[in-house]
Amino acid sequence: MNFDFSEDQETLRGEARRFLEARCPSTLVRGVLEDDERSHDATLWQDLVDQGWTALTLPEEHGGLGMSRTDLCVLAEELGRVLAPVPYASTIYFLAEAIMLAGSATQREKLPAIASGECIGCLAIDEGAGEPSRKKVEARVQNGLLSGIKQPVIDGLCATDALVWARDESETPRLFLASLVHEGVRRVAIDSLDPSRGIARLEFSGVPVQPIGGPELLDRLLDGAAVLLAFEQIGGADRALEQAVAFAKERSAFGREIGSYQAIKHKLADAYVHNQIARSNAYYGIWALDADSDELPHAAAAARVSACQAMWYAARESIQTHGGIGFTWEADQHLFYRRALHLNMAIGSPRMWRDRLFAALEMHDGDSN
Amino acid sequence: MDFSDTPAEAEFRTRAQQFLDAHRDDLPSLAGSEEERLERQRKWQAIKAEHGFACITWDREWGGAGGTAMEAVIFREEEARRGVPDAFFGIGLGLCIPTIIRYASEDQKQQLVAPAVRGEQIWCQLFSEPAAGSDLAGVRAKAVREGDEWVLNGQKVWTSGAHYSDFGLFIARSDPDQPRHKGLTTFFVKMDAPGIEVRPIHQMSGGVEFNEVFFNDVRVPDDQRLGAAGEGWKVAIYALMNERVQGGKQRGISAAETIALARRTPAGDATLADDGAFRGAFADWYIRTRGVQLTRYRTLTAMSRGQTPGPEASIGKLVTAFELQEMSRLLVEAQGLYGLVDDSELSMLRAEVHHDLLHAPGIRIAGGTDEILRNIIAERVLGLPKGPQPEKGKPFTLTK
Repeated sequence: MNFDFSEDQETLRGEARRFLEARCPSTLVRGVLEDDERSHDATLWQDLVDQGWTALTLPEEHGGLGMSRTDLCVLAEELGRVLAPVPYASTIYFLAEAIMLAGSATQREKLPAIASGECIGCLAIDEGAGEPSRKKVEARVQNGLLSGIKQPVIDGLCATDALVWARDESETPRLFLASLVHEGVRRVAIDSLDPSRGIARLEFSGVPVQPIGGPELLDRLLDGAAVLLAFEQIGGADRALEQAVAFAKERSAFGREIGSYQAIKHKLADAYVHNQIARSNAYYGIWALDADSDELPHAAAAARVSACQAMWYAARESIQTHGGIGFTWEADQHLFYRRALHLNMAIGSPRMWRDRLFAALEMHDGDSN
Repeated sequence: MDFSDTPAEAEFRTRAQQFLDAHRDDLPSLAGSEEERLERQRKWQAIKAEHGFACITWDREWGGAGGTAMEAVIFREEEARRGVPDAFFGIGLGLCIPTIIRYASEDQKQQLVAPAVRGEQIWCQLFSEPAAGSDLAGVRAKAVREGDEWVLNGQKVWTSGAHYSDFGLFIARSDPDQPRHKGLTTFFVKMDAPGIEVRPIHQMSGGVEFNEVFFNDVRVPDDQRLGAAGEGWKVAIYALMNERVQGGKQRGISAAETIALARRTPAGDATLADDGAFRGAFADWYIRTRGVQLTRYRTLTAMSRGQTPGPEASIGKLVTAFELQEMSRLLVEAQGLYGLVDDSELSMLRAEVHHDLLHAPGIRIAGGTDEILRNIIAERVLGLPKGPQPEKGKPFTLTK
């Protein structure tokens, strides 16, 4: 057993951290947050492409670097630390993964365009309030043409290609691959709690699509993304905690640093525990993902549930630790708070994933113990 | 990131399994009186020692097998899978004997280590006192030097296993004019020495696992002192560091058992396993207890790479004790009025869950309370400043 990152992966992390600290300061995140016209930062996206990060896990024969998903989660954690406002998850965890797992020869021809950054993905499952439902789907495909409305869709404004959950001609919901560069696609921006990661309504009328997979593929994609997003959440949670700790050491009240009071100490110790618990569950998740283990469904759900808790707790209590200043627009604490909410809802709520965790363990019959 | 056994680990696991299966009839269980259980565990400990499975990570010189921390975990996993409890020897082998190996004389080590490894001699830890629990540096027991001897007086409390122990690790104040952390000295004592009186304490759980231990003019030779006079704090911390590494072991019923139990428990028109609130609470419990287990694997990985384990090793007991308490409560409450039935014949929970529910408050206190553990994380891991220390630097005699 070897339950940690390798030296090479730690080197990759060091490079990624230095790069992102230089290229993705919080002013850049705030820039997207405050700009109604932008749903991501195109310059940062190009920076990531130039670093080869969009090519990381793609196969070498399609212009990729052929690295593992464990390498990918090193980057995910670093992107999460700086709250990078880029469509990385949509493009890499969903579009690229779907094509690599289930794409036809023709569909795989898209991979070089993903590697080169021309192609941006999005996942269009939801059609309204409530958790994504496999059954309540109105969008449908007839004669290879998709019609219907999907909302909200993360990165729907900047994506070139979408994975769309819709009924096929026999009424069975399936995943389809759609190019969004088509006259039958209308995109409308929707205001979000976290405007640094834009969302949109996508209206399809007679847009050509290709089937790519069924419910198993969707489940596998969600499980994989649950693990990778967990690393983004852990990155964000660790940084939110670091900021709270730094403030608590510096700020004095009643004649001493507020970090010397147990009320603050215990709150921040709890945040540390949440973050470590989340990290350990995420390590198990990435092992299960990379090893293609049959434990992936419960490993992924455990990673997601604990990472959702960790980042929410750290972001929430970081504001509290900062006091009034933490509640201002100028302070960065709300960027973490907003991103925590975005990530908690990104692929179905923590409630849904708690339920998935129980169901997955029931299926697996608790062999892991 | 590789969660499977390495070839060497797999080979060790096979060896462990073969050994355990060959000794199927010798494996101890939780059944019977304390005396009966102790008898069986002693025999089992001797068999393990004979075959190099008693103290796997220790040097061969001390009866160990020179094995890895991972091997010790694998062996314990295989033992636990066969229902073998982890009892009686943890304090001695986990905490006292490593301190003996570090601080005692060669002759003493030759005399003391091997019998403890074989389970012939049992050790207890005599640190806490009525006025020194979380704040151990407040110990008041006295050690006064008289020629080649020390005279020990005072009261210790919460001493697990003192009633069946042969030896104990004892800390006392040898110089009350020094500040709190100085002027302490550590000894090992024979529990049958004249002047030592052990009185059992009845726990709220009904069990009697720990004791008050009174010292009335107990005389020990100076060669039973561990470390220099006045350096006892350092010795005690060394012993307790070993305790921390031990902390956070799996407690209570497993996830699979919990799910199976939920399926058998009626709730509304269906079962507890169909209840959204229960499923959610289960998930929160699962990620935390499983997260602690997995965190131990991170610690082991660091150890097997020759690194010092990271601070994450400190979260174990803080999480597992509380989670044990709350999951036990949930399972008992879910039975409705029948949850009150604490009879292993009648209750569908087996007596174990009721036992856990009544036992958990003690685990949240023993070996560092939840509050002290949070302080440790905040101060030593996150680097937050200590609170005011009004007694710092003052002679002990002038403190409260």
